[in-house]
Amino acid sequence: MAFEYAPAPESRDIVDIRPSYGLFVGGEFTGGRGEPFKSVNPANEETLAEIARADAADVDRAVAAARAAYDRVWGPMPGRERAKYLYRIARLVQERARELAVLESIDNGKPIRESRDVDVPLVAAHFFYHAGWADKLPYAGFGPDPRPVGVAGQVIPWNFPLLMLAWKIAPALACGNTVVLKPAETTPLTALAFAEICQQADLPPGVVNIVTGAGETGRALVEHDGVDKVAFTGSTEVGKLIARAAAGTRKRLTLELGGKAANVVFDDAPLDQAVEGVVNGIFFNQGHVCCAGSRLLVQESVADALLERLKARMATLRVGDPLDKNTDVGAINSAAQLDKIRMLSEAGEAEGAGRWSPPCELPQRGFWFAPTLFTGVAQSHRIAREEIFGPVLSVLTFRTPAEAVEKANNTPYGLSAGVWTEKGSRVLWMAERLRAGVVWANTFNKFDPASPFGGYKESGFGREGGRHGLEAYLNV
Amino acid sequence: MRGPRLGDAGVVATETRTSAGELRAFLHGLPGVDQVGADERAARLATRSIKTSAKAEAIDLAISMVDLTTLEGADTPGKVRALCAKGVRPDPADPGVPKVAAICVYPDLAGVAAEAVRGTGVGVASVATAFPSGRAPLEAKLADTRAAVAAGATEIDMVIDRGAFLAGDYLKVHEEIVATRQACGDAHLKVIFETGELATYDNVRRASWLAMRAGADFIKTSTGKVAPAATLPVTLVMLEAVRDFRDATGRQVGVKPAGGIRTTKDAIRYLVLVNETAGPDWLTPRWFRLGASSLLNDLLMQRRKLATGVYSGPDHFTKD
Repeated sequence: MAFEYAPAPESRDIVDIRPSYGLFVGGEFTGGRGEPFKSVNPANEETLAEIARADAADVDRAVAAARAAYDRVWGPMPGRERAKYLYRIARLVQERARELAVLESIDNGKPIRESRDVDVPLVAAHFFYHAGWADKLPYAGFGPDPRPVGVAGQVIPWNFPLLMLAWKIAPALACGNTVVLKPAETTPLTALAFAEICQQADLPPGVVNIVTGAGETGRALVEHDGVDKVAFTGSTEVGKLIARAAAGTRKRLTLELGGKAANVVFDDAPLDQAVEGVVNGIFFNQGHVCCAGSRLLVQESVADALLERLKARMATLRVGDPLDKNTDVGAINSAAQLDKIRMLSEAGEAEGAGRWSPPCELPQRGFWFAPTLFTGVAQSHRIAREEIFGPVLSVLTFRTPAEAVEKANNTPYGLSAGVWTEKGSRVLWMAERLRAGVVWANTFNKFDPASPFGGYKESGFGREGGRHGLEAYLNV
Repeated sequence: MRGPRLGDAGVVATETRTSAGELRAFLHGLPGVDQVGADERAARLATRSIKTSAKAEAIDLAISMVDLTTLEGADTPGKVRALCAKGVRPDPADPGVPKVAAICVYPDLAGVAAEAVRGTGVGVASVATAFPSGRAPLEAKLADTRAAVAAGATEIDMVIDRGAFLAGDYLKVHEEIVATRQACGDAHLKVIFETGELATYDNVRRASWLAMRAGADFIKTSTGKVAPAATLPVTLVMLEAVRDFRDATGRQVGVKPAGGIRTTKDAIRYLVLVNETAGPDWLTPRWFRLGASSLLNDLLMQRRKLATGVYSGPDHFTKD
């Protein structure tokens, strides 16, 4: 018999979205001098709130607040005292977890299952983890008394709004820096909720400042003279502009950029789990993941069997209302991103790859794209080379392990890779040769605050998380 | 996996002349199961939220899939008759509640059960083959089986020889299933693996294929006498096996998790697992069963709660 799941929406009553939001500077919410912009719910195009836009003067104010806090309070504060604030923030994140998850899903379009089970728990974990480091920095391997860098200007993307904030703010604060952070213009709401959490935690004013706005605001921040360190996560294109701007200045820079990861499936892989890993690799967060496994490299001898299972599995993906607890794939974050996904998918068809999606009813309003795979993809196709940043998988085949390595590495990117085989020695052999910052074996998209994350080649430089991630925020 | 690696998976056991070497090569040629991944998949499906109308349907479906079980040394004809009455009419206050699928008893009480459920459509399942350990000579196991069938059992729940399986003597396990299958006559054969003793998911997958090739109508996780009994990931692996077996051979085999399934929430998680792994074709008592003793009353309680909006205390449901 057919077993239809009745709608199981998470209540949105728990969040109280205000009609308008200001900037968070010096511990207070203030207006912005730029023209305010709107944040919309990508699942139904409803306007959620009006957001202040920071202009250069606002950014200047925020940097000055961060500098004052660094000089007078946060920089001189002993690590054990900083740790208390970070622990407090971590606990507040946990206490407000449901609210933050719902807010994230509304603003970003990601399924509540993911914001609830992945994003928000990892946010808390990052603060807990880095709180632990704050008084132990002399043992991190960067000398007996490593000093902070100063004021960090941080610009984060829209795919994991609150999680990317945590990746940036937690290590910066643990190491004694103060920050000015700019969330993405399409997803500012959880960063502003985080500003409230900073107030709740009695974090000294100016330690964390949040400036909202679009590219211009970001540029004003990263080019600001008072910023000692720039951290950026986002597109390779913007990353290159930032690298040019930072060149020749005293600013230290870390970049976490795009990716076109290969998920390599050998013929001795645990097939059912490999299928899950491929699905998780590309359809997690609608494929809006810089380390997404967007290229499936499957050994030709097992390609048909794997693809048959993969298609059957894709047909069970539940696409729709991000707040429904049974939704697997939510909304595309913005109209602009949807256009880009459509454009590249059309290029894939035009270049001769075979396009397939399971039967799937998409909502009328909002930004939606069905889970899609392309077979018969060649290395030369655009869909094999360019980052689509959407739920689109390109399937390529290989014959030998050496060919798998060659194809996997044949990309300007190098953020992540996956290897699926029951043979332990082959995992190690592959991991030695894959030019990617993270190599997952028999799993994919696993994150942990103790594990450094970052790229090779045009996927960026610097690491976030783990002991290695501290280096970016210490004057070593 | 269409087209298994070695040829003859499709040949139903009674016609098969299987060699030890071929069987071993086949079972060890099956794709492996990654334990972490299987656990994760089962845990993720367990977060499905089944509410309102879907929950009502699921509860009735689950009731109709219950193999209502008593397998105690202290079982008496009186106890078994009471259980049969419960299975035929689970909630005396509500005739709309479906019957359970079968009553599951020891072989010496199969006759009592058959008498008590006659004409109701409820089946009689009897464990057999020296349940639960399976440690008896084959002749004794077959006599056990024949006696249960003669007494009126419509389904036989046999146990495999775990010792032989773990020693790598797959052929012995295979031949015992084939022989028991023959002794069953028209009765359906469920093959119990005791997955808590097989321990690894690779073993569960191999045991599943071995039993299906040998002619099992159903594959079943556990006796209920060994912990852990049924778990979601073990059942996931078995559901993948029956799905693949049907793809390869065209023959459909049922699945029965048993032991440790106590709450409505547990039962619904199993139904979700079936729905999203083997698919809706398995969502009938013909192809999926829940072996349980205390589960039924929780299903009844949740059913009434859903219908009336209030919880009735446990004393409003019969204890049998």
